[in-house]
Amino acid sequence: MISLKNVHKSYVTGSNSLHVLKGIDLEIETGEFVSIMGSSGSGKSTLLNILGILDNYDEGAYYLNGSLVKDMSEKKAAKLRNEMVGFVFQSFNLISFKNAMENVALPLYYQGVNRKKRNKIALEYLDKVGLLDWADHLPNEMSGGQKQRVAIARSLISQPKIIFADEPTGALDTTTSYEVMEILKEINAGGITVILVTHEHDIAAMTQKIVRLKDGRIDQIIKNGDLKHFQHQYAKELETA
Amino acid sequence: MFDIDKWQEIFATIKKNKMRTFLTGFSVAWGIFMLMILLGSGNGLSNGVSENFMRDAVNAMWLWSGRTSIPYQGLKEGRDIRFTNADYDVLKDLEGIEYTSGRYYIRENKFSYGNEYGEYTAITCHPDLQDVENIEIVDGRFINQVDINQTRKSVVLGKDIYDALFKDKNAIGEYVRVNNIPFKVVGICREGGGTRHRNAYIPVSTGQKVFNGSNRLHNFALTINATTLEESQAIEQRVRETMARKHRFDASDESAMGSYNKLEDVIQTMKIFQAIKIFIWIIGTGTLIAGVVGVSNIMLIVVKERTKEIGIRKAIGASPSSVIGLVLLESILITTVAGYIGLVMGTGLMELINLVVEKQYEVSAATNGGNGETIFRNPTVDLGVAMTATLLLVVAGTIAGYIPAKRAARIKPIEALRDE
Repeated sequence: MISLKNVHKSYVTGSNSLHVLKGIDLEIETGEFVSIMGSSGSGKSTLLNILGILDNYDEGAYYLNGSLVKDMSEKKAAKLRNEMVGFVFQSFNLISFKNAMENVALPLYYQGVNRKKRNKIALEYLDKVGLLDWADHLPNEMSGGQKQRVAIARSLISQPKIIFADEPTGALDTTTSYEVMEILKEINAGGITVILVTHEHDIAAMTQKIVRLKDGRIDQIIKNGDLKHFQHQYAKELETA
Repeated sequence: MFDIDKWQEIFATIKKNKMRTFLTGFSVAWGIFMLMILLGSGNGLSNGVSENFMRDAVNAMWLWSGRTSIPYQGLKEGRDIRFTNADYDVLKDLEGIEYTSGRYYIRENKFSYGNEYGEYTAITCHPDLQDVENIEIVDGRFINQVDINQTRKSVVLGKDIYDALFKDKNAIGEYVRVNNIPFKVVGICREGGGTRHRNAYIPVSTGQKVFNGSNRLHNFALTINATTLEESQAIEQRVRETMARKHRFDASDESAMGSYNKLEDVIQTMKIFQAIKIFIWIIGTGTLIAGVVGVSNIMLIVVKERTKEIGIRKAIGASPSSVIGLVLLESILITTVAGYIGLVMGTGLMELINLVVEKQYEVSAATNGGNGETIFRNPTVDLGVAMTATLLLVVAGTIAGYIPAKRAARIKPIEALRDE
């Protein structure tokens, strides 16, 4: 599904160049539930953005579903994003002047689905995340957890192959965080690849595979079987801290 | 281009961003509104004044005799020039002259009828004067050639004289005393373009005979057959040279024979109006530029404000062209509708003013028989001009929106999303 080969990325701000990703090699199979971890500045969000075709990279190769994603035209990238991937952001990124239903329906607008039909589908997806009664509400009338659920419904409506979630629980309290994670788990159980970025160990522990980044390189990949060990190590880290 | 869904999306955006819509729309509507008022007022003023002008024959010319100030062919300066009936015959047949009328001045003009009397001006003239000065006949007739040939004691009274002496009684056929000599009233008239009608007209031959003028004339009123200033000046020059040869004075001697050509005056005045029009256009253009800057400014802010929204739209699959289209179509829609509103309001106000002005004009015209006093008429703006101005603002708004919209559409969604 996803294959990264020696991907480099640096940000140039004025005369300073910040080398964020220093050669990432990564394989993610269809249906995996992966979390990307790392301290801040380790490049985890950058990696997610590259994976989600929200950002480009400088060197290396990125194959998405077998085809190379590099130096794509904006139009093609937009089409690919629309068809292949769904996004969930830490700050929800709902359009403030559209109500929940319209926000959820928006990806279908860019697929050319007519208004009536896409609003009907949007209501179905809102129902799936348990927010059917909130369809007419604007984002600022909803709680963080509700907003994130709307965002998840929006990411799902285009029936993507992959969901990218950038710190989806970063702005939520523990209970709502777990609710959101439950929804993501369900999505994954439905066969969709889910990749999320988090710095919370308990959230990461709910995924099947943890990719730990350190200074722009992959430090460690912890597979499902090792999670117990990871949790043990995490507990030890807490003790020493 | 026409896609109902796209427009629904745009309408939904407009409906939910009322302040932004209002501000964009207002600067356009205001610009067009002000432009309409400016141009309308300019046109109204111009129309009013030129209408006043046109009531007098614009190609009229006057000649009057004086005293030479330049020695000529051995003759000293300070010689009196006297016009006679012979000069009239010469002028009448001169090329380029249409109507000719000579005048002999009469001193003291006491008019009386019964117990009523007053001091008015009696002008001796030929029948052609009616055409030179656009005299309108209210009742009866003007002086005719028979009056001249038979030196009849006929008089055409100005409306004011008639009102003062006769007070609504029938005057035609009655005898009025001018300097104690009875004249038969043959007509009542109004001065073209004037609001006072205090002149009376009598045949020039009668004037000369009755008031001891022999064959003397003091001045001439002419109309000339000219459409351009050059032509008119050429004819004026020909008249001066002819008279100079006949009376032996220098043709450039303004004091020997004065001449005044109304066309020159009209053209001068029209030039002033041209200047006023240019001035109005400069201000109008300034107003338009202010409108353009206003729209551009708002569009820049709108795009800036929508950067995050654009980022979101791009993240979920909006292509750059659809983003640009969304921003631009919204801008075009708002500016067009607002421009139209400004147009309608501006035109409406000018029509309202026009209504009031016309009412006043009618009132003053009713008391003055068609010659209303006004310097402001028909303050309308050429629809083409108004449309062009609106279009200009729409285009400006589009360009002003296009540049930042294109930039916003081109940046990576991640950068737009980071913008908070």
